Amino acid sequence: MQLRRWEPTVLPLLTALAVLAVWEIGVRVSGTKVFPSPAEVGRGLEELLRKGLLWRYTADSLLRVGSGYLLAILVGIPLGLALGWYPLAARAANPLIQMLRPISPLAWIPVAIVLFGVGNESAVFLIFLASFFPILVSTMTGVRGVPPMFRLAGANFGLSIAALLRRVVFPAALPHMIVGLRIALGIAWLVVVAAEMIAVDSGLGYLVIDSRNAGKRYDLVIAGMILIGLIGLGLDIGMRRLERLKSVRWGFLND
Amino acid sequence: MTPPSRTTARETKLRVQGVNKVFTRDGKSVNVLEDIDLEIRDGEFVCLLGPSGCGKSTLLNIVAGFTPPTSGQVYIDGEPVTGPDPRRIFVFQERGVFPWLTVEGNIGFGLFRLPPKEKARRIAHYVKLVGLSGFEQAYPAELSGGMKQRLEVARALAVNPDMLFLDEPFGALDSITRLLMRSELLRIWEAEKKTILFVTHDIEESVQLADRVVVMSARPAKIQRVVEIDIPHPRDISSPRYLKLRDGIFEEIGLAHKV
Repeated sequence: MQLRRWEPTVLPLLTALAVLAVWEIGVRVSGTKVFPSPAEVGRGLEELLRKGLLWRYTADSLLRVGSGYLLAILVGIPLGLALGWYPLAARAANPLIQMLRPISPLAWIPVAIVLFGVGNESAVFLIFLASFFPILVSTMTGVRGVPPMFRLAGANFGLSIAALLRRVVFPAALPHMIVGLRIALGIAWLVVVAAEMIAVDSGLGYLVIDSRNAGKRYDLVIAGMILIGLIGLGLDIGMRRLERLKSVRWGFLND
Repeated sequence: MTPPSRTTARETKLRVQGVNKVFTRDGKSVNVLEDIDLEIRDGEFVCLLGPSGCGKSTLLNIVAGFTPPTSGQVYIDGEPVTGPDPRRIFVFQERGVFPWLTVEGNIGFGLFRLPPKEKARRIAHYVKLVGLSGFEQAYPAELSGGMKQRLEVARALAVNPDMLFLDEPFGALDSITRLLMRSELLRIWEAEKKTILFVTHDIEESVQLADRVVVMSARPAKIQRVVEIDIPHPRDISSPRYLKLRDGIFEEIGLAHKV
């Protein structure tokens, strides 16, 4: 279906307005004293901005996600390439990977605290764990899915195994890996918020839990939630942009 | 006075000696190639012709060093083949070009040992040779089937190999593009003086291109006959000689030449 030019922006805005209206009406009709109205949440956001907390907390959360995610990439991609390249190694490691993968990162919280104490390192560790498995598995399956023809063509030009992995296997598997990277970033963002609720005293997750605990500031709770959602949306849009790069877009075309 | 034919007085480039290939699938052995003996001279254009699935591609893979033979040996320049080698490049049926690289990136792929200036010069030369000028920055997804195939040939030629192995390279193209590609390949072959081993199941194609056509039987593939195509290029494909050679091969394969 062909969209008119204004539709992709205007339609979602209309939906948002409708939700705000229902929210506002709900607050008024129920006469609640606890749940804030949209305007109160707006004022809450403004307060966060004025105190400089908005940028600081956002930056702290993004920094944690960035560190954990980057670590997961640095470990997950080389390991995934190796396991995808040597089938025997994959056979040895796969049952363990498949067993660890379904464990929620939140179940690791006590372990993280024992290993790294209550603090930043624990949060980063949890994000690392959460994003590591999708990256590892998508790299492995991506490498295994590389057509043998590409490997043969690469080998024909006299590439060493290291060069073959870097110049043929990696780019050939990249479209598949990018899907895993996108999923991993989404999970990492989910987990940072949860991690900040227990382990640290800054960040958007901390904002949500602290606003409730210290003074029942539900306007700030909701403001924090909206920020988390918007940033998550932004991260996903950024990852989708990567899929459109020409050096990977071929993997998403069905020709 | 006639000059000596191109196919005489040249050194042996490739020798296939008693090659057998047995595949084992689900505990069953399948004989794919049986007692293949073949010699190809330097600079020669030889077509391996046979029905689909007869094992001619397997032979090409063995010659290229991608698969070892079950028994027998392949020699190139007198040395046994033990693996792939950049001195001889394999051109795949289709989609052998790297979709993540541009036309320039593909052609330059094998030139990693050259200094940048020389590399750029080579790329420019082969872009022009295969008629892809103006598409240097294009990705394979933006090219037609024929352009992709020319790109792969250019990528192969850029490393200056002395042999090319082509595995039904024009099989996926429409018939008009296929005809154009054949004359392109002949033009390039005459300009670059490579030894070419070309696998096809298309009788017309083999008679149009090759100095010699090696006719292979159905599985297990044996060499049934070798036909010398003694017509100079450009070949008149309605000349009596052409038709006689072509019909001879049709008969050899056991096809009545009627539709």
